[in-house]
Amino acid sequence: MNDAIDVLSWVLLAGGGAFVFVGGLGALRLPNCYTRMHAASRTDSMGSILILLGIMLQAGWSLATVKLITILAFLLLTGPTASYALANSALLSGLKPEKSQTDSAEK
Amino acid sequence: MVVLFAVFLLTLLVFTAVAIVRTDNLFVAVMLTGIFSLLMAANFFVLDAADVALTEAAIGAGITTVLFLGALALTAEHEKSVSTVRWLSMGVVIVTTLILIYATFEKPRLGDPQAPVHQHVAPWYLEQTPELIDIPNVVTAILGSFRGYDTLGELNVILTACIGVLFILGGRRGKHLPSDGKVLPSTAHGLRRHLIPKVVGLLAIPFIVLFGLYIQFHGEYGPGGGFQAGAIVASGIILYALLEGEEKALQAVPRPVLMGMVIGGAILYGAVGIAGIVLGGNFLDYSVLADNPVKGQQLGILIIELGVGITVCGALLSIFHAFATRESV
Repeated sequence: MNDAIDVLSWVLLAGGGAFVFVGGLGALRLPNCYTRMHAASRTDSMGSILILLGIMLQAGWSLATVKLITILAFLLLTGPTASYALANSALLSGLKPEKSQTDSAEK
Repeated sequence: MVVLFAVFLLTLLVFTAVAIVRTDNLFVAVMLTGIFSLLMAANFFVLDAADVALTEAAIGAGITTVLFLGALALTAEHEKSVSTVRWLSMGVVIVTTLILIYATFEKPRLGDPQAPVHQHVAPWYLEQTPELIDIPNVVTAILGSFRGYDTLGELNVILTACIGVLFILGGRRGKHLPSDGKVLPSTAHGLRRHLIPKVVGLLAIPFIVLFGLYIQFHGEYGPGGGFQAGAIVASGIILYALLEGEEKALQAVPRPVLMGMVIGGAILYGAVGIAGIVLGGNFLDYSVLADNPVKGQQLGILIIELGVGITVCGALLSIFHAFATRESV
């Protein structure tokens, strides 16, 4: 049982780590502001969900898990809000979302 | 493992510091300063200094960034470019760096129990805290009781800083009060039109303030205390000011109240000290405050931490308002 929980939690932690890594890579490599923001918000949502779930499995039923659930709720509430506020102010300050180059090449 | 993590964080700190110096976009520099503080807080936490980490995260990464942004709104976004290389300053910096690096060779290793810092008064504090004060968090015992004079001094530094900022920036207050129906500058509206940030922010504010109160009154048992709590409560109210606009926040917590908080907290701290003299002890000797010396110590620490929290909260909010209500020059 314990082994199963350990394996599951490591899978979740590794998955979360992968999301954070891809998010970081995307934030560095993608061409414009909105796509970079899209990549970075992966870290906020999926990355934090998976990592915190993984830590929760390690913590078991304890006060630490309650605290982790609170942190997760806070992150799920504020992360997407921050992404929205960022995208919204980028749009309002006049940055137009542009079509990708592959789209225009196909047409 | 801890050492590896600490080295990783310190390396990131160096990169961030270099980036702050190299960028000439002040907005980027402010954001990097926030990241620097957050990394510093993580590093403190790795070194088991949870109290300091909490302070650094709340004040360094949170409120200082807001204050910098407030100051930035009054000035230009770009630094004046300096084309000439200042050889003299460069030389001074390099020599100082080399001296500092040389000095680190003499430092004891991380966590060495034979290090001078662990041989001086620290063992005495650790041994005597359960007997004399009987609270789990030794850091609070040291700050509040053993080193009460220092903390009183720190509080007065904050009071003085607040008075100084208000003298410099607060002179032209009341220029755009909403009562005369004048059109407010666009920044005064805050994020009122942005529904999602507003709803989520207003949802979060009560919890932020509640968490601040928890930090305030739980400081004897866990990491925390007046400085951190004051900063967290202030950040909750600053969030309200950002969401609803400057004037709403000033209606909720008016300037006279803020001034009363700044001065009242410091007076509360001093009054505890005077009460010690009146009741027959020394200045800031809490043992005489209750029948039982240990209970007296606990009561004294609770009250002075409250004084610290009130003053820090009032001072940070006053400074924020001083920046935010000033019109751009």
